[in-house]
Amino acid sequence: MEGSGAKAENKVLAQPTWPDEAYRVLKEAGVKQVAMVPDAGHIRLIAAFEADPETRLVTLTTEEEGVAMLAGAWLGGQRGVLLLQSSGVGNCINMLSLPAICHMPLLLLVTMRGDWGEFNPWQIPMGQGTQAVLEAMGVIVTRADEPDSVAPAVRGAANLAFNTWRPAAVLIGQRVLGAKNFKELAGK
Amino acid sequence: MSNPNALLHRRDVVVELLRDRGELLVIAGLGAPNWDVSAAGDHCNNFPLWGAMGAASMMGLGLALAQPKRNVLVITGDGEMLMSLGALATIAVERPPNLTIAVLDNERFGETGMQKTHTANGVDLAGMALAAGIRTSRIVRTQEEVTAIRDLAHQSKGPAFALIKISPEALPFVMPPADGVILTTRFRQSVLGDEALYN
Repeated sequence: MEGSGAKAENKVLAQPTWPDEAYRVLKEAGVKQVAMVPDAGHIRLIAAFEADPETRLVTLTTEEEGVAMLAGAWLGGQRGVLLLQSSGVGNCINMLSLPAICHMPLLLLVTMRGDWGEFNPWQIPMGQGTQAVLEAMGVIVTRADEPDSVAPAVRGAANLAFNTWRPAAVLIGQRVLGAKNFKELAGK
Repeated sequence: MSNPNALLHRRDVVVELLRDRGELLVIAGLGAPNWDVSAAGDHCNNFPLWGAMGAASMMGLGLALAQPKRNVLVITGDGEMLMSLGALATIAVERPPNLTIAVLDNERFGETGMQKTHTANGVDLAGMALAAGIRTSRIVRTQEEVTAIRDLAHQSKGPAFALIKISPEALPFVMPPADGVILTTRFRQSVLGDEALYN
């Protein structure tokens, strides 16, 4: 029993094609720097960038580092994307002043916790606050709650960010990612 | 007669760090380092921060990665650096050769009433940078050592970190443009050419 839950979850993460489509969209958008704090929902996209010699993949200690890094990248003429989990949005709040006041593009791909099907109560406060926090800081938010809607949402957000020089985020819902079932993982 | 134990003056330090700056790109942390860099001469290749505390060193990393042929110097304060200690680890892992971080350490939060920072109580930022893996990391106490850091910032042998001990003096503000769009646009136009205005 104990292994079957984890196996089932890996299957969910291994199957979807949206990360491959999102990767192509980000490449077409000219992304050269990828900053991230890992999330299970981003496994495939991270792996795609890891294998890409044209892209610099930078692991952060905390998400607001990525907001600052991509502001520096923009000053130097490079486009980037920040991959993070919804809990990491909370870490970014004051740093989001930077792209807001400077009219810099910032593209965030946020994998959600604390929404559809969440099992861990500790994920609820930040998950439910994610969109409100982003919008309060001037980030344009698009939600993607079906696998087929992720790549178009990323394309739309990338266009907004890079053509209108503004922060934009795509929230990828747990309906797309598959919610963890801790009871299954614990074999109960 | 100068006292060999006297602390350095922050504006003298910054003038020396920026001497014959050539193509150097500069990020200044919020507060006094911004005013110091501006006092040395407002420049289109400066990006002085007015907010976003903790941003300076990671902005330096993103800029250094985007412009590998240019040298990038981050000039910030001890309070600002303490807010983004994780950045030292991230920068150490990425090893950008063209990035130098100079921390002006007055052991105080200067903008808010000169309250002591952790460096006043023994926290060693240069040691932390070294332990993170930034192999060139120094504590600087003399103007000659400042000159050595100035030279290092032009050599692309980094990443390098310098903790420069300075006097906790409160000086008149010398302010660059405050508008973020002006600062961003003039910097990008200078680095990237007029093309930057079109996208």
